[in-house]
Amino acid sequence: MKPMTYVRARSVEEAAAAHAGRPDARYLAGGTNLVDLMKLGVERPELLVDITRLPLDRVEELPDGGLRIGATVPNSDLAGHPVVRERYPVLSQALLSGASGQLRNVATTAGNLLQRTRCAYFQDLGKPCNKRVPGSGCGALEGVNRDHAVLGHSEHCVATHPSDLAVALAALDAVVEMAGPGGGRTVELTEFHRLPQDSPDQDTVIRPGELITGVLLPALPTGALSRYRKARDRASYAFALASVAAVVQLDGGVVRQIGVAFGGLAHRPWRARRTEAALLGSRATPEALAQAVDAELAAAVPLRDNAYKVSLARDLAREVLGSLIARS
Amino acid sequence: MGSSSSALGASVERREGRAKVTGAAKYATEYGPPGLVYAWPVPATVARGEVASLDTSAALALPGVLAVLTPDSAPRLADADDPTLAVLQDSRVPHHGWPVALAVAETLETARAAARAVRVSYTSEPHDVTLTWDHPDAYLPEEANGGHPGERRQGDPEGAFAEAAVRVDVSYTVPPLHNHPMEPHGAIALWRDDDLTVFDTSQGADTVRTVLAGLFSLPEERVSVVSEHVGGGFGSKGTPRPHVVLAALAARHTGRPVQLALPRRELTELVGHRAPTLHRVRLGALPDGTLTSLIHEVTTHTSRVKEFVEQAAVPARVMYASGSSRTTHRAVALDVPTPSWMRAPGETPGMYALESAVDELACALGMDPVDLRVYNEPPVEPDSGKAFSSRHLVECLREGARRFGWASRDPRPGVRRSGPWLTGTGVAAATYPVLVSPSRATVTAHPDGLYVVRINATDIGTGARTVLAQVAADALGVGVDSVRTEIGVTGLPKAALAGGSAGTASWGWAVHEACRDLARQLADGQGPLPPGGLTASADTEGTADAESPYARHAFGAHFAEAAVDTDTGEVRVRRLLGVYAAGRILNARTARSQFIGGMVMGLGMALTEAGSVDPASGAFIGSDLAGYHVPSHADVPAIEAHWIDEEDPHLNPMGSKGIGEIGIVGTAAAIGNAVHHATGVRLRELPLTPDRVHGTLPRG
Amino acid sequence: MEASDGPRDPGTEPGSAAAERGGVLPPTHSRVTLRVNDTEHVLELDHRTTLLDLLREHLALTGSKKGCDQGQCGACTVLLDGRRVNSCLLLAVCQEGREVVTVEGLAEATVADGGLHPLQQAFLDRDALQCGYCTPGQLCSAVGMLEEAKSGQPSVVTDTERPGDAPVQLTVEEIRERLSGNLCRCGAYPHIVEAVQEVVVRDMAAREVTA
Repeated sequence: MKPMTYVRARSVEEAAAAHAGRPDARYLAGGTNLVDLMKLGVERPELLVDITRLPLDRVEELPDGGLRIGATVPNSDLAGHPVVRERYPVLSQALLSGASGQLRNVATTAGNLLQRTRCAYFQDLGKPCNKRVPGSGCGALEGVNRDHAVLGHSEHCVATHPSDLAVALAALDAVVEMAGPGGGRTVELTEFHRLPQDSPDQDTVIRPGELITGVLLPALPTGALSRYRKARDRASYAFALASVAAVVQLDGGVVRQIGVAFGGLAHRPWRARRTEAALLGSRATPEALAQAVDAELAAAVPLRDNAYKVSLARDLAREVLGSLIARS
Repeated sequence: MGSSSSALGASVERREGRAKVTGAAKYATEYGPPGLVYAWPVPATVARGEVASLDTSAALALPGVLAVLTPDSAPRLADADDPTLAVLQDSRVPHHGWPVALAVAETLETARAAARAVRVSYTSEPHDVTLTWDHPDAYLPEEANGGHPGERRQGDPEGAFAEAAVRVDVSYTVPPLHNHPMEPHGAIALWRDDDLTVFDTSQGADTVRTVLAGLFSLPEERVSVVSEHVGGGFGSKGTPRPHVVLAALAARHTGRPVQLALPRRELTELVGHRAPTLHRVRLGALPDGTLTSLIHEVTTHTSRVKEFVEQAAVPARVMYASGSSRTTHRAVALDVPTPSWMRAPGETPGMYALESAVDELACALGMDPVDLRVYNEPPVEPDSGKAFSSRHLVECLREGARRFGWASRDPRPGVRRSGPWLTGTGVAAATYPVLVSPSRATVTAHPDGLYVVRINATDIGTGARTVLAQVAADALGVGVDSVRTEIGVTGLPKAALAGGSAGTASWGWAVHEACRDLARQLADGQGPLPPGGLTASADTEGTADAESPYARHAFGAHFAEAAVDTDTGEVRVRRLLGVYAAGRILNARTARSQFIGGMVMGLGMALTEAGSVDPASGAFIGSDLAGYHVPSHADVPAIEAHWIDEEDPHLNPMGSKGIGEIGIVGTAAAIGNAVHHATGVRLRELPLTPDRVHGTLPRG
Repeated sequence: MEASDGPRDPGTEPGSAAAERGGVLPPTHSRVTLRVNDTEHVLELDHRTTLLDLLREHLALTGSKKGCDQGQCGACTVLLDGRRVNSCLLLAVCQEGREVVTVEGLAEATVADGGLHPLQQAFLDRDALQCGYCTPGQLCSAVGMLEEAKSGQPSVVTDTERPGDAPVQLTVEEIRERLSGNLCRCGAYPHIVEAVQEVVVRDMAAREVTA
């Protein structure tokens, strides 16, 4: 075990330079997940690059009506931002549905996206986990898997992504901005998180040394409504069993724009493209809506303990979409 | 000096409250003696087998590591009466989480890293960690926890059930539950030559002292145990747990004061849990509701280390008159961590099942569930035939029904819908035995008017200092402010543990006796008090534990209103109300807090709490506070706790029954019954989380 | 780039702590200056040390409690630059220049020596505690929460149709949701909520008088 060194970066360039060529390095922002994983031994960085003082803590309004959210904006600040509350209620609601007041004061936008699964097998060094130790097996596949994935999982990993924020961002067509050794780039949020396939150790498409600098939110058309809803084991301070984020805009009763994403069901926020396609350009009658949701969830393959997630997600999506359409 | 009559029963503020709200109150791991070092355990990762090899070289190479204790290097312990404490003595792994090594280092961070750097390999053996209804190894234990017979039978319950006009034959499942007190189990141990001092989070420092003295082959007077403030226990700190033995071993081995706090995740496998219970309840009745047959069969697990059988069929021996009955426990020894006490062991899961079944019988009979219970009120304790010293269950039910507005209840299930919400109400009875143990106490009258009570009681959050001052003030006929209570450290007069809802009765009895003796001496005495004061003492050995000709129990009734979200299957408790008959209530303020606290834990049992065992490793999965959901603020509505005035001359000089546990008993049944009333669906497996509830609901 | 204890020694690996006056810190340690309850501390700290362990094990401020060490219970809640945080998940080395208030310092900020913060007094008056282990976290969390509500910060139960910076009216539902990051196993929740409510009502009355 090597000692852990620490550096406090003052700029994105400094941070990237410190991290460069150090696969054992980790960027540290809010740390609400990383510090926990370090204590558990799941993460063992030998260099911590503290990025909490980088000038990435602002929410900017863009000329096109969108928003640019800095990577280190605390979750609570983002949730309470007047523009977010007014234009993107789904985002505010998702953030406020997660964690606790204390955690939201510290946890950041980028850290939220990069948080690791809460799968108990991943968090325990004594258990097999392909995400933690590739090739060691998946303890959850035949284990206690009530909280695990029903969509997009593989025989190698059945973990879910725990974020609420990312589900809202997926429905909003957000874009992730990164800086890195190869320069800056952007990736659609829906492409940012991966499915596990045969390499569940890779949660996202981020490359070694890359740093998320911000998240771009496109403007929503006038009249768009959005909402987030989450079902969980207790009334607050619990991860989603299933959740849904939805954005819809209707014109004369016809769906003109729609974004729907599920949380708690998969290794990444699950954008419900089939549901969207079925509803786009149509009058969303309750029957059409039900069919559209079922079209997405038909692909679900539940594990031994989690078949409930499919019907739960279905009812959540019907209720959320139904309420938005009714209000439009 | 205040009047004595107001001392007992008054709503006196808890004495340590100020220390607790300012952060000044010291808990076990907060004494920071000079030279303190830190220990961190290495838990076994297999369910059954042997440690094949232990490589400590990488751990020992870390700067600041003092030692890694292993079965080869750890000091030897004398034979433990409690085999869960025989840690680091051999290479056997009896269950997942068993400590196989212990790292000790100059800092907490290094100790944690060192524990992780220990390389352990195991020779695994096939294991069995799964409790089933028909497990081939199930056996009838001679005794269940508390010394209760494993089985009791009256008449021909099977025959009566077969002939009953109305029958309920139902099964319920309660998962493993974890105590999870907010303060994890931790201790500081330090040796001075052959004198051992430990600061331990414990429900009874005297037991810790006796056990440590035995394990380390020391006379008891060489062991001191401090448990000044204790961050909850709920049974899990009732006897010494491995952490304190590990700390003492490490301190012995390194010659340094050692602090060990178990990581939250490791608690579940080392400090006991409520064993899962599978219940089959059969109730047979005449059409008028008269019970003719009551059969409660419980199947539960125990470990291979030590037998502990949750006495969940016992409350059925107390509650209702029935023409015939059988109450049976069956246990299966599995390769699981050793279960132990958790708040109202036996009564809690047992009354969940029994009181749910009674509700089902009420539905089958078309009878009000309050009326059904009243109708089957027994004249004497059904199993023993003893007269009750006092029993006011009916009064609790009636008073609760009045306060809750039960009379206007529409009994039809599944008909109260508002948007996505279905609402309903439920009731369940509660019971908890009156337990009491011998204790000793002294009280000293000082010339300046101060009275000092000394007794090694423990305050785990009950307000023991306060209520004992009230007991003393009452017995002395002085104001409560002129009494000081010294508790929480060995060396004080030996006292019973804070458990079994017996603390206040056990300690208070001794305090009362000592104070009455002192009062007599003061009344007889002439002239001023000597400078050192005048001391009286009492020992209730032989009195407090004398066999009573009476059946002695507290009773209560719980009423709940639940709302079920038909979109998600999420259940919310809207109202919760308890009415208790628990003898004389000695401090209205702290008693109310305990009753409410019990109901909150019962709410957790009903809705959110479940331990689960990983079949592959034998581990409790999701054993931290993110994986195991104790209720949060948002889950808990305003809760009402009331009591009726109950005078019972057959208890103790204060006339009190225990109040720490009865609040959890029956609460889960009341909520489950309310969920049935809300939805029309009877769910028989706890907790009522969305995965269980959602798919069963009628479509709105 | 700034090493954690000031100007970086050019001879050391980027990121490692540099030489300090009077001795060389190992690369695993840095010097940190921060204020706790109005007292400045200069400390040489292992990078792995959390703010909670700094308080409890280095500064003997044991009022902040370690209930889970994983951000799952809230017993370790302190105020960091005025905001409530879980001190168990913050590395102390990152807190250079920050201001920390713990339960031991709550009263100092508001009342004269020996007095109690109004929330501390309300907890006593309502018996909003039993074992007391979650209490410091509940108190610090409530202090931070009241400020958040005052500044208009919403919660998930706040009516989203009324945006703006106006103070959020703290209903019982709001208080419960906002304090849900503080678990209490004794089940003192109903009394804790009553105590916080009492302070909220008193605050409102005081503001009306001032207005």
